[in-house]
Amino acid sequence: MNRYEAVIGLEVHVELKTDTKLFCGCSTEFGKEPNTQVCPVCLGLPGAVGVLNKKVVELATKAGLALNCAIGTYTWFDRKNYYYPDLPKGFQISQVFRPIAYQGHLDIDVNGATKRVNITRAHIEEDPGKLVHSGGSITTSRYSCVDYNRSGMPLIEIVSEPEMHSGEEAKAYLEKLKAILECIGVSDVKMEQGSLRCDANVSVRPVGTTTLGTKTEIKNMNSFRSVQYAIEYEVERQIDVLEDGGRVIQETRGWDENRGITVSMRNKENPDYRCFIEPELTPIELTEEWIEEVKASIPELPDARRKRLVEEHGLPEYDAGVITSSLALAEFFDATLKEFPDAKSISNWIMGELLRLLNARNMELSEAKITPSSLAALLKLIEKGSISNKMAKEVVEIMFDEGKEPDQIIKEKGMSQISDEGQLAQIIAEVIAKNPKSVADYQAGKKQAIGFLVGQIMKATKGRANPGLVNTMLRDKLAEEA
Amino acid sequence: MKITEQNVEQVALFSRLELTEEDKAVYTESLNTILDYLDMLDKLDTNNIEPAAHVLSFKNVFREDKLQSSLAKELVLVNAPEEEAGCFKVPRIV
Amino acid sequence: MRLYNLSVFQLSELMEKKEISSEELTNAYLERISQVESETKVFVTLSKETALTQARNVDQKRARGEELSPLAGIPMAMDDNICTEGIKTTCASKILYNFIPPYDATVAERLKGAGAILMGKCNIDEFGMGSSTENSAFYPTQNPFDAEAAQGCISGGSAAAVAVGEAAFTLGSDTSGFIRQSAASCGVIGLKPTYGHVSRFGLISTASSLDQIGPITQDMTDLALVLNTICGHDVKDATSASVDVPDFTKSLVNEVKGLRIGLPKEYESGVEPQVAAKLQEAISKLEELGAICEEVAMPHTEYAAPAHYIISSAEASSNLARFDGVRHGLRVEAEDVSSMFKKTRSQGFGAEVKKRIMLGTHVLSTGNYDTYYVKALKVRSLIKQDFDRAFEKFDCLLTPTNPTTAGKTGKNPNDSLAMHLSGVCTLPVNLAGLPALSLPFGMVDGMPVGLQLIARHFEEETLLRVGYTLEQSTNQTRPKPGLFLKYNIHRG
Ligand SMILES: [Mg+2]
Ligand SMILES: [Zn+2]
Repeated sequence: MNRYEAVIGLEVHVELKTDTKLFCGCSTEFGKEPNTQVCPVCLGLPGAVGVLNKKVVELATKAGLALNCAIGTYTWFDRKNYYYPDLPKGFQISQVFRPIAYQGHLDIDVNGATKRVNITRAHIEEDPGKLVHSGGSITTSRYSCVDYNRSGMPLIEIVSEPEMHSGEEAKAYLEKLKAILECIGVSDVKMEQGSLRCDANVSVRPVGTTTLGTKTEIKNMNSFRSVQYAIEYEVERQIDVLEDGGRVIQETRGWDENRGITVSMRNKENPDYRCFIEPELTPIELTEEWIEEVKASIPELPDARRKRLVEEHGLPEYDAGVITSSLALAEFFDATLKEFPDAKSISNWIMGELLRLLNARNMELSEAKITPSSLAALLKLIEKGSISNKMAKEVVEIMFDEGKEPDQIIKEKGMSQISDEGQLAQIIAEVIAKNPKSVADYQAGKKQAIGFLVGQIMKATKGRANPGLVNTMLRDKLAEEA
Repeated sequence: MKITEQNVEQVALFSRLELTEEDKAVYTESLNTILDYLDMLDKLDTNNIEPAAHVLSFKNVFREDKLQSSLAKELVLVNAPEEEAGCFKVPRIV
Repeated sequence: MRLYNLSVFQLSELMEKKEISSEELTNAYLERISQVESETKVFVTLSKETALTQARNVDQKRARGEELSPLAGIPMAMDDNICTEGIKTTCASKILYNFIPPYDATVAERLKGAGAILMGKCNIDEFGMGSSTENSAFYPTQNPFDAEAAQGCISGGSAAAVAVGEAAFTLGSDTSGFIRQSAASCGVIGLKPTYGHVSRFGLISTASSLDQIGPITQDMTDLALVLNTICGHDVKDATSASVDVPDFTKSLVNEVKGLRIGLPKEYESGVEPQVAAKLQEAISKLEELGAICEEVAMPHTEYAAPAHYIISSAEASSNLARFDGVRHGLRVEAEDVSSMFKKTRSQGFGAEVKKRIMLGTHVLSTGNYDTYYVKALKVRSLIKQDFDRAFEKFDCLLTPTNPTTAGKTGKNPNDSLAMHLSGVCTLPVNLAGLPALSLPFGMVDGMPVGLQLIARHFEEETLLRVGYTLEQSTNQTRPKPGLFLKYNIHRG
């Protein structure tokens, strides 16, 4: 393995968050009945021509700026000609010669080190329709059905330089890319709904050499993890081919999730896209002022936010990294912090209970019913000693599922902590009376016997006794009796 | 520049056209007649001339991101050669 | 009174005065069509029922006293590559033999809004590739002057329809000169407007950067009336110009004094002497009327035709890719998608279209792109420069429309190169996106001759003024079709 180095470049297609398609007024809403969001333009009907959605230019510029790209002040659209049943016009309108954004970069963290990945270009293009295969897969189906609802959806394609060297780096790149695009609000970046899709160009070369090996293009990955696994598989496959004295064939390969392998998609034709300037659309000229305006609308990006969490709020790097990996988490954190000033304890609760519950329920934070102010309220109750940490975990789960306020839950479930000294003194006296052996052990020097006694007090109060107070009072009482 | 029968075969594939052997010979000849004629452009020096892809210099023609009604359901498939479950049906892909 | 011999303006007045109804007029046209259509073959599709319904609607509106457009109730037709909702639109191709658009082209919508009555869809060359309708997948349209159909004269459904009275006016489409060339050889008026002045939304494009829809009419007044309805910005077409549209009837001025008219000498090479003589006659007349006519150099003219051939084929190869048997039109069944594409396209397209698609694919391929395609775009720049320079000095340019008598396509009408070259006078105008008018100007050997006037972008008004002046000052502009003398055609 270490005789070879993997070289990976990613092409990421991201659907932009607009109400309407790139060149027509059809809705971009996901998950509708097939072919109900189509018109002569996005169906490619003879004679229909489209007009560019202004919002797309704004969102693409914003994305380009957030990825540290230069923005083309004079760009246009081109036609990329090829035949496929999901492509209604027989060409895709894209930006081949002059992308709206180019020469950018983003920084990723892998194994504690920061690495810069350069971005070649980000260009605007239209999505094709969707093929539904009758037999489930493209290879086994006798026929297929085409749904053009997705046809004409606005995309940006973000192309990285071939500068990553492992599946892990690729995954880190995608996570960072997703965090940035989500943060600036240009896309839903949901891989499962297809609003973010990734193709990987993979090649290997002997360590120490600089010329690129023959690459394959890997498609069909539907999660960041499968991108990582597909790349890892493909790298090993290519190394095996070379070690066996074979040659890697330049081809497109599909990731078979079930079998965990990449398979050749065997395209017989060497494509020649015959690109030329789209004559039915006009060029786009952007002024520096306008670009500056877009730049000003970009909120704090994940990296800056992470830095702030570390420097201003004293969070550990790791916590800050996790919280800023998702816009929802970061916003939740900030909102909670406004009402409860202890950053570390908020971070503990987010990274502990909140993430655990999200994973267990397989949910997005937006779907959970808990709010930042209710979490802050809970943390205040813990601080005041009104509830124990242990009970708070139960409460937070109810807040998460049902969205009630913590004090209400505590009241309903009778979970409030007993901190009344009179009440506790009575219970302590009862426990001491019932357990003379443990008391004797303690007084004979077996200090750990106190644990048993505390446990009995907790049992008697159904866990509601204030543990700190119980400890102090119990020690005092035992000392008194000795 | 001449075009060979092999070129014509390739061009036909890119154009998704099926040519018989006879067609191939005929189109090779007629395309070469045209290409010979087009070669007269070689006489003209066009260095430093900007290519004009568009006729007029319009730019920044946009529309607002506003919803417009899509085609009525019964019109979408009205011309479909074959349909199934609201979709355009095509024979197998591979 | 033969209603089909009257102009739009005259018919409009009759309806205004309630001397005839639109329904009567439509029926008169339908009768005329039934008389001559078997010989002319002007139409690909007739829309009799919708025409009568539309006519009755207009009559009701008129009875209610609603304010109506001068085109209201007027029978008209348009080329079969302009989409009409619910009415078959074939591009004269087998591949679209059954296509019923679910939407109207913007021009069709505007004419509908004005109350014009659509009689049917006119024959063209398949996907507009040609200028004679010889490449129609269905049948050629007969030139109404070419009695023996032996001379291979240019004709187009939309021009012949106006010439023989099967429609009071029509809309054609012009990629290399079809509107002007067929109007010239049918003795009627044809105008290719400035690129972007008339919406192209709904025009089934052959070459998007060259195609333009324009009117074909009997006289200049009608031309102004139709332009008033179809010109203007369309939000659905990104190449549509947002410029103010004048009232074109105001340009119907019988006055050319002091107007500077350029005579590009390069356009005279290859022009038949008799056609050149007619041109000279027009020049003398214009000078007599006070215009200043001078020669102007257009040095890159000879390169226009090859450049046009490259650009139009390249764009067509891409525009025609959507005809793949998936969503509309012909499908030839096959085992897999790729074979289905090939079989459908091979059987659906005619020979000329296939040749252009392959040429277009070839000139755009890796290795040829710069040699042919980019080169052609550069030549287009030079052609535009020629025009720009000429228009620094001249208000308009005057040339023949067709280089030969009535636009004969050459010895071999199946030779696409010869056919293309018949457009040498008209196609540079498409490359530069300029407006150009073809005006009938007398006859040579029993066939009409057309003169072409070219103006600056968006200056159709100049063309209308010069055209109107010639129309009013000579008796050359209303030739009578020979073939149909037996039906007693009386123009003018
Ligand atoms: Mg792409
Ligand atoms: Zn649409």
